[in-house]
Amino acid sequence: MNLPECPECGAAITIPANAMQHELLPCPDCGTELEIISLNPLTLDRAPEVQEDWGE
Amino acid sequence: MRVGIVISHIRPEEKLLISAFQAQGVEPEIINDRDIIFDITAGPEQTSPTGTAWRDYDVVLERSVSTSRGLYTLAMLENWGVNAVNSYQTASTCADKFRTTIALTKAGVPQPRARLSFESESTLRAIDQVGYPAVLKPVTGSWGRMLARVNDRDAAEAVIEHRETLGDYSLHLFYTQELIRKPGRDIRAFVVGDRAICAIYRDSAHWITNTARGGKASNCPVTPELADICLRTAQAVGGGILAVDVMEDPERGFLVNEVNHTMEFRNSSAPTGVDIAAEVASHILQVAGRNA
Repeated sequence: MNLPECPECGAAITIPANAMQHELLPCPDCGTELEIISLNPLTLDRAPEVQEDWGE
Repeated sequence: MRVGIVISHIRPEEKLLISAFQAQGVEPEIINDRDIIFDITAGPEQTSPTGTAWRDYDVVLERSVSTSRGLYTLAMLENWGVNAVNSYQTASTCADKFRTTIALTKAGVPQPRARLSFESESTLRAIDQVGYPAVLKPVTGSWGRMLARVNDRDAAEAVIEHRETLGDYSLHLFYTQELIRKPGRDIRAFVVGDRAICAIYRDSAHWITNTARGGKASNCPVTPELADICLRTAQAVGGGILAVDVMEDPERGFLVNEVNHTMEFRNSSAPTGVDIAAEVASHILQVAGRNA
């Protein structure tokens, strides 16, 4: 199976077996935070930028 | 049992929580706040983005990373009588440092001295009252954003001017707090319902000790004294599932700094040996059962 590519740097991204839709994961090459938009078909995009009201 | 979890995206905490619910035999529905449309003038018969009517949830756990989305969601659900955790009262109190301070003051919980002011000159006087160095904070915000330690008047004038130049009106509210000479660490304690389940020390050479800013986590024993102040704090803000940030003052002992209502805990289960996600899931299911 072809690994999805980082939309920022093109690196191949390994998806964990228990990955979930909307899960965040960093690109191991460029560090860009990515979001799994869809599992089927497997689609990655850059995660949303941190907003001013984000937090805990 | 129908459990909904409102998310913005799946962080390690949400993944742990989902697994914890599954381990307890419940498959939670994931409600993405990006897809929510509330028909404000209608009722809870309308459906969430998953297709389930809001009124059919036994409980909804609010885990939006966006404070404002979380608060509006809780307000809507509570208005409809939908069981949601944390309560709007708790979340809205914790989301605002000024309101948190008021709640803790009413309850007699020890905390650092604090001032609220609206103008540059009055803020400089407020800092004089608590003494340099002081900490300037926005009334809302998280992850240590926009915190400023001001060591002298020159620094204070610069920070105030920068804040006033920024467009967000909330940054024009100046929450001034005395700087506590903490021993290179602070404490984060986790409260679930009526129990302080565990706590971590957050060690850092930097005066900001958030783990989001590089603080290192290690186990902190939950002494009766620590449990007492944390439970009084939780009760003061309305109770629920909370992370209480506590500082150790050399003379005054424990002082409560802040309370977080959608706590992050990814770095805290390993050092404490407490399965925080499982504790939260159990509590949520108890709440759901109590209100079913």
